[in-house]
Amino acid sequence: MSPFTEARMHLAVELKGAGRHPAAAQWAGLDPASLLTPQHYVSLTRAAARRGLDLALFPDTFVAGEPVLDAVAIAARVAPVVPGIGLVPTATVTHTEPFHLSKAIATLDIVSGGQAGWEPTVSRTPAEAALFGRKPAAAPDVLWREAADTVDVVVRLWDSWDDDAVIRDAATGRYVDRDKLHYVDFTGEFFSVKGPSITPRPPQGHPLVVLRADEPEALPVAARWADVVRIAAPDLDAAGVARERVRAAVAGAGRDPDDVTVLLDVEVHLAADAHRARADVAELDARAALEPSSVRVTGTATDLADLLGRAVRLGAADGVTFVPLVLPADLGAIADQAVPLLAGRGLFRTGRSGGSLRSRFGLGRPVNSFAPSTVGGAQS
Amino acid sequence: MSRKQIHFGAHFPGVNNTTVWSDPQAGSQTDFASFVHFAQNAERGLMDFVFLAEGLRLREHRGVIHDLDVVGRPDTFTVLNAIAAVTTHLGLAGTINTTFNEPYELAKQFASLDHLSGGRAAWNMVTTSDAFTGENFRRGGFLDRAHRYERAAEVVAVTRSLWDSRGEPVEHHGRQFDVSGRFPLPPGPQGHPVLIQAGDSAEGRDFAAATADAIFTLHGTLEAGQAFYADVKGRLPRHGRSEQDLKVLPGVTFVLGDTDAEAQDTADHIRRQQVSPPTAIAFLEQIWGRDLSGYDPDGPLPDVEPDVDNVSITLGRVRHAKDPRAVAQEWRDFAAAGGGLSIRQIVIEKTGRQSFIGSPKTVADQMDLFVQSNACDGFILVPHLTPGGLDRFVTDVVPELQDRGSYRTAYPGPTLRDHLGLRHPHAPLTAQESA
Repeated sequence: MSPFTEARMHLAVELKGAGRHPAAAQWAGLDPASLLTPQHYVSLTRAAARRGLDLALFPDTFVAGEPVLDAVAIAARVAPVVPGIGLVPTATVTHTEPFHLSKAIATLDIVSGGQAGWEPTVSRTPAEAALFGRKPAAAPDVLWREAADTVDVVVRLWDSWDDDAVIRDAATGRYVDRDKLHYVDFTGEFFSVKGPSITPRPPQGHPLVVLRADEPEALPVAARWADVVRIAAPDLDAAGVARERVRAAVAGAGRDPDDVTVLLDVEVHLAADAHRARADVAELDARAALEPSSVRVTGTATDLADLLGRAVRLGAADGVTFVPLVLPADLGAIADQAVPLLAGRGLFRTGRSGGSLRSRFGLGRPVNSFAPSTVGGAQS
Repeated sequence: MSRKQIHFGAHFPGVNNTTVWSDPQAGSQTDFASFVHFAQNAERGLMDFVFLAEGLRLREHRGVIHDLDVVGRPDTFTVLNAIAAVTTHLGLAGTINTTFNEPYELAKQFASLDHLSGGRAAWNMVTTSDAFTGENFRRGGFLDRAHRYERAAEVVAVTRSLWDSRGEPVEHHGRQFDVSGRFPLPPGPQGHPVLIQAGDSAEGRDFAAATADAIFTLHGTLEAGQAFYADVKGRLPRHGRSEQDLKVLPGVTFVLGDTDAEAQDTADHIRRQQVSPPTAIAFLEQIWGRDLSGYDPDGPLPDVEPDVDNVSITLGRVRHAKDPRAVAQEWRDFAAAGGGLSIRQIVIEKTGRQSFIGSPKTVADQMDLFVQSNACDGFILVPHLTPGGLDRFVTDVVPELQDRGSYRTAYPGPTLRDHLGLRHPHAPLTAQESA
């Protein structure tokens, strides 16, 4: 697809505690306890949904640092009360169980009415490994091979129930048609999983898979499995190169690059004027320095809209992930000022779009990989 | 306080034949709307908590997936967090296995649930020694039965030290786990989520007396309940705990009618729904350890003896410990005494767990009797219908109990520990948290 055509530009926002900047809570005078309440996350997600953003991303990590609630838990707590926006928790796969992850994301899809996605990521450090005490830290190539196996088995478990497996057939006394339940029989380098899942196939079939493709070891995993790929880049030219690299890898994996949406991280801190915004960030950095992880806009809502306009012309991405440095303030400015500007310039659709999260990304409901037509007539 | 107060857990209908799926009123077991309906009714009835069971592998019978009962469950943590969004006071109890989860992750998941629900999390801790279920997990294999309580005790120790750590590093090196590092969250509103434990062996009772806040039992009669209650409460002082610190909550079913006679008719009807002809044969096969699919469910018991070596004909469910030959003889005697009962009639009579049957007044009287005479502190109600199985209990039985002064008319506080009358022994609430 051509990037940033009116109907196809996608906007996501990262909803991390008080924002990406580690000094944000202190600087903004937020009570740290408020960041652990459901109201905080409900209110942020609602603000993003109100302006029609496609995705709310909930980061998670086992790395020690700021307080962090379980991201799947946050998404599940938000889901019943904030409709109309995709909910994408990070799920760390290195020390966790693929079977549990599969049913957790399937269940997020159930409780959100088909708005679930997930962002699998890896745990790199010895400190994280020591929290579990099961295996040592590993190199990126090993971590991402394991992540690929995890995504593979999670998707197979989603497919391990046919959509019409529950039959409630009073005549024979059968609740379920066992021929429509499938052992996944996955055996890989890192684990084996028998299946089937204990949870029926989720409403979307396959909840949206979001993956980062910044490091070379992650790129093939994203190319094979991602519906949405997140990239970071220091500027828009570099982003364009990264996007092309992702699209080439997707094609190389035998998939249509237009089925994959590439979202560029854009760190954001907005104020009434650029001077104020820069002064804010200087104050934040004086408390705890934060190097930019990707393109950063420190300025006004107009500056942000202008950057996205340039990104359109350059073909730098199919959309962006806003990474607010300070929450909830920067989300408020994004939603109430920048997004209306984008809509006014024809860069983002106005109003909400209904339907499942997959449909918002132009993706159909996938055929079950265990369906008779895809197993080459092997069914009895 | 004059009368002892009754506590209720509301068990979401499970994936076994207690749950009737063939009834016209039976709804989805997995739609979120069913959980919302069920939980909101439990909260309308001022119940202490909603309770989710868990099984991590689909049951198999005679080598294939068992297809006669309700099957399929959403993820426990995810559903409980979502239920937190549509309720305000109801406790949220999840069954989570310690064999196939790591304590650090569990500690984070339960602390997150407790924070995000304002102090309503509860953990029904189970530990299995089940290689069949292990095939779905990295750990694979199984846990030696003898190490079940060792593992459970270590999980409790590790998770509690993480919850209490307040940013300080935790070091644990034990036979089951090596965990070291920092926990990312301050204590939740309850300090520790409520811990529920099931297990009837002496070891299980001691474990509960030492560590649990509530014990989920299956003692059916008043006398058996009183004996159990006295036994476990009597173990508490040895662990420095008092009678209030451990609630005894048997799992019970109930059937209501306008009159006792009508309730009994309904109960008989439900038993026939729960034991369909093929289900009767499947039960028989569990005892006999043989393929009995050729037998007529409306005919007599088989002449052949049970195959006592085939103990694993059914996988993925709690097994009966009795000697199959003794059970077979008991069933034959029962059939003869009943004038030649059929297989299905026998299974209906011998596998039933209907605890309280009658008019709302009768059921309220019986339940109150159990609690006031120290057979228990309350009940975990196991309805037979999803999602409406609690509705009539809430409408008709709860007011009867309130009239007797045995049941609350409002929640006493915001947290599940408040509802259950438990202390916050390890992490008292701050003024801000309880506000």
